[in-house]
Amino acid sequence: MGGICRIRFEGGLLTYQSREIDKSLRYLIFINYKGGIIIYNVLIGGTAGQGIETMATILQKLLKDSGYHVFAVRDVMSRVRGGHNFTLLRFGIEAIQSHSDILDGIIAFDEDTIKLHVAQLKQDGFILCDTQWKIEDSRIISLEMVSLAKQLGNIRTIGSIAIGALLKIFGLKPLHMDEVLGKYLKEQYKEVNKKALLQGYDMAVSKYEIPEHNDRDLLMISGNQALAFGAIAAGLKFYCAYPMSPSTSIMEFLASKSDKAGIVVEQAEDEIAAINMAIGASFAGAVAMTGTSGGGFCLMVEALGLSGIAEIPLVVVDVQRPGPATGLPTRTEQSDLKFVISASHGEFPRMVIAIRNHKDAFYQTMRALKLSKKYQIPIILLSDQYLADSVATIEPYDLTDMAIQEDNELLDSKEGNYLRYRITQDGISPLLIPGKTKNFVTADSDEHDERGWITEDAEVRNAMMNKRFRKWDKLKNEVQEPEFVGEDSYDTLLLGWGSTYGPIVESVNILNQDSYGKYAALIFGDIYPLPEKLLKEKVSNAKKIINIEQNATGQLADLIRERTGIVCTSNILKYDGRQISKDEIVNRIRKEVLE
Amino acid sequence: MSKITTYETAWCPGCGNFNILDCLKTALEELNKDPYEVLMVGGIGQAAKLPQYISTNSFCGLHGRALPAAVAAKIANEKLTVIVNSGEGDSYGEGGNHFLHNIRRNVDITHFVHDNQIYGLTKGQASPTSMVGMITEVQIHGNANIPLNPVLLAIAGGAGFVARAFSGRQEHLINIMKQAIEYEGYAIVDILQPCVSFNKLNTFSFYSQRVYELDSSYDCTDKTAALLKAMEFEDKIPLGILYKENKSTFHQKNIILKSGMPLIDLQYDPVILDTIMNEFI
Repeated sequence: MGGICRIRFEGGLLTYQSREIDKSLRYLIFINYKGGIIIYNVLIGGTAGQGIETMATILQKLLKDSGYHVFAVRDVMSRVRGGHNFTLLRFGIEAIQSHSDILDGIIAFDEDTIKLHVAQLKQDGFILCDTQWKIEDSRIISLEMVSLAKQLGNIRTIGSIAIGALLKIFGLKPLHMDEVLGKYLKEQYKEVNKKALLQGYDMAVSKYEIPEHNDRDLLMISGNQALAFGAIAAGLKFYCAYPMSPSTSIMEFLASKSDKAGIVVEQAEDEIAAINMAIGASFAGAVAMTGTSGGGFCLMVEALGLSGIAEIPLVVVDVQRPGPATGLPTRTEQSDLKFVISASHGEFPRMVIAIRNHKDAFYQTMRALKLSKKYQIPIILLSDQYLADSVATIEPYDLTDMAIQEDNELLDSKEGNYLRYRITQDGISPLLIPGKTKNFVTADSDEHDERGWITEDAEVRNAMMNKRFRKWDKLKNEVQEPEFVGEDSYDTLLLGWGSTYGPIVESVNILNQDSYGKYAALIFGDIYPLPEKLLKEKVSNAKKIINIEQNATGQLADLIRERTGIVCTSNILKYDGRQISKDEIVNRIRKEVLE
Repeated sequence: MSKITTYETAWCPGCGNFNILDCLKTALEELNKDPYEVLMVGGIGQAAKLPQYISTNSFCGLHGRALPAAVAAKIANEKLTVIVNSGEGDSYGEGGNHFLHNIRRNVDITHFVHDNQIYGLTKGQASPTSMVGMITEVQIHGNANIPLNPVLLAIAGGAGFVARAFSGRQEHLINIMKQAIEYEGYAIVDILQPCVSFNKLNTFSFYSQRVYELDSSYDCTDKTAALLKAMEFEDKIPLGILYKENKSTFHQKNIILKSGMPLIDLQYDPVILDTIMNEFI
């Protein structure tokens, strides 16, 4: 399927023009993207068990250490061997917010990789593969990689050979090999892989020329790592979870740091135990968190209400994947929004924060732990597989004033006069740690009086409900408005939340380069209670509102309509388990405009 | 001796829970426990209301979920004496999975199961330990399911302190309670008690006629003997510590907790944040 594509330099600016047939839309699309941006996009594909992930990790790190920005996302089937897996890797000299479907290169470790992705390859792109596959394509760069790996005595060195060849193709130098290979490979494999990489480098011929760049102080981190790091910074003491893709790497990361950071990481017998343990630890004074995906969250919802009525601080991370039930376990979706804002029976104040990117993952996790303690409410962090598993280079985090501080004034409370659920003006009652003072600390899942004792008194019920919702009123003053992207003057306002941030931001930039109209976007992080101020303001300037979500029903659009009466003009919805790309957003909007 | 207060309850007159509450109060006082360092945890059920009726810290959580909250509270602050009081429905039915896995976890808490072989709070349906044939408004042809044997299950599962007591034998119960609280690790005591309102089979006299106290000739460290003794629940029901073994606790095995410093008092060195961040640079 292919297309026509040219790249040329015009007065120092890179102009990239391509005419290609978008298969999903069966539509002729003309992309004209001007800008000084040099970003390349390669796909590394093969079957599970071929070491593609290790290869991609090493390549990412080599590029990062050479001073380039990197964004990588994995596409993995739910199996340990076989199938078709790939990593999409973008790198270049500008910050990269998301992945792209349009490929400069394919590195194929099996024939399927070529067949499945050749339609995405630019006309002047390349396919790097072994000589064994006899595929007719002028863009093929076939090298004797398998026989070289055999000569080196280890077939698994084929990945390093390909890395070497790739560096050469992009005109890069094979630097930082010792540190990087040492970091990801066992000592006994380091030398042979270094040799393989250098020989791969020598086999290939340069095709591109990338300007030198030296953003070497950037972090290269995945969404789940960033989230877990944020929790450590906030002073997390207890993390309890049941393994579930794509949330498990949060627990793994915390476990790897637990000894040094003084965190107890406990694998629970099920998600019900996980959340009840987090609540028990939090009641006893530990900063506590649990994490899961939608299916596990389903099991947790009763305890979410316990945190609500007993006013025990709690943060639950829901790293979303497509449902319902088992759904698509290793893929991505944003379909839990309406579920988490209403999960658990009864009514209680809660907050939902959607994580937009790798920066948010750190800071918002920290903020969630602090706010849940301040307001004594459950807070749900919504992430998803795309963000969780994707790796990005970003500015280092600011590590000053991190951990949650205890309220020392409260710890001095005199014996006997303490009321755990004291009715206060702002609804926030004094929260003591049991055993730290001569006061009894109580918690009750039943409705209770100020002492925390069970009651069915109608007046007390009203007083307690009102007290709890006064906390919510106060919290509403603290919600963060969505991020606005674009110029002040626009006709079309795009709406989104969470991990579609990167694709939407990049698509706004692309759309504003052409003459199809002026675009801006609002992307929500804090999503419940819904911040309405900026939304109302920005909507009033828009002729058209396009809601973009990674689900089938447009859950954000519904929430906005419910809370504000604002109706979106149209929706771009995607629910095939694959993250929408900037290219797909641009194509779908242009198609709409042309129609 | 410390002073512990108990409060008015919502239990039926004649309920075995009264004796259990009295015995627990006495046991805590005789152990000289500071009530401010005791955390009483319950799930949902008549027994699970006990934390509301005694002057200690209290956590009344969800049905079946007393154990997860209790063990985590102990993990957070090992200075707390954590005691779970819940019924057999809460402990073995709704919370069965937590029962199995907290035996394995072996956190140093005490679990008193008020076992009256019927559901009280929901007004008389079969419980996990109800006898076969018990007729209720739900089990109209008689309970068909074989009763769970909690003490046999606990010993087989690897619990280090497994005992059975009877609410009608107060001195014995106090003694068992004290040993269970003092035991380092997960200690479970299945406390038989009559339900005067709903259980017409397992009455006070039913238990009184059958129970007997294990004497010094019984070796509670012999696991095979314990398994056999745990199976005795027909004409004769043995009371006492059925099995006892010293086992490493969760805290002793955990690299962070074994220092003895409560988790909530640990402060991380801010340098760790720089160290972690540098791993990503």
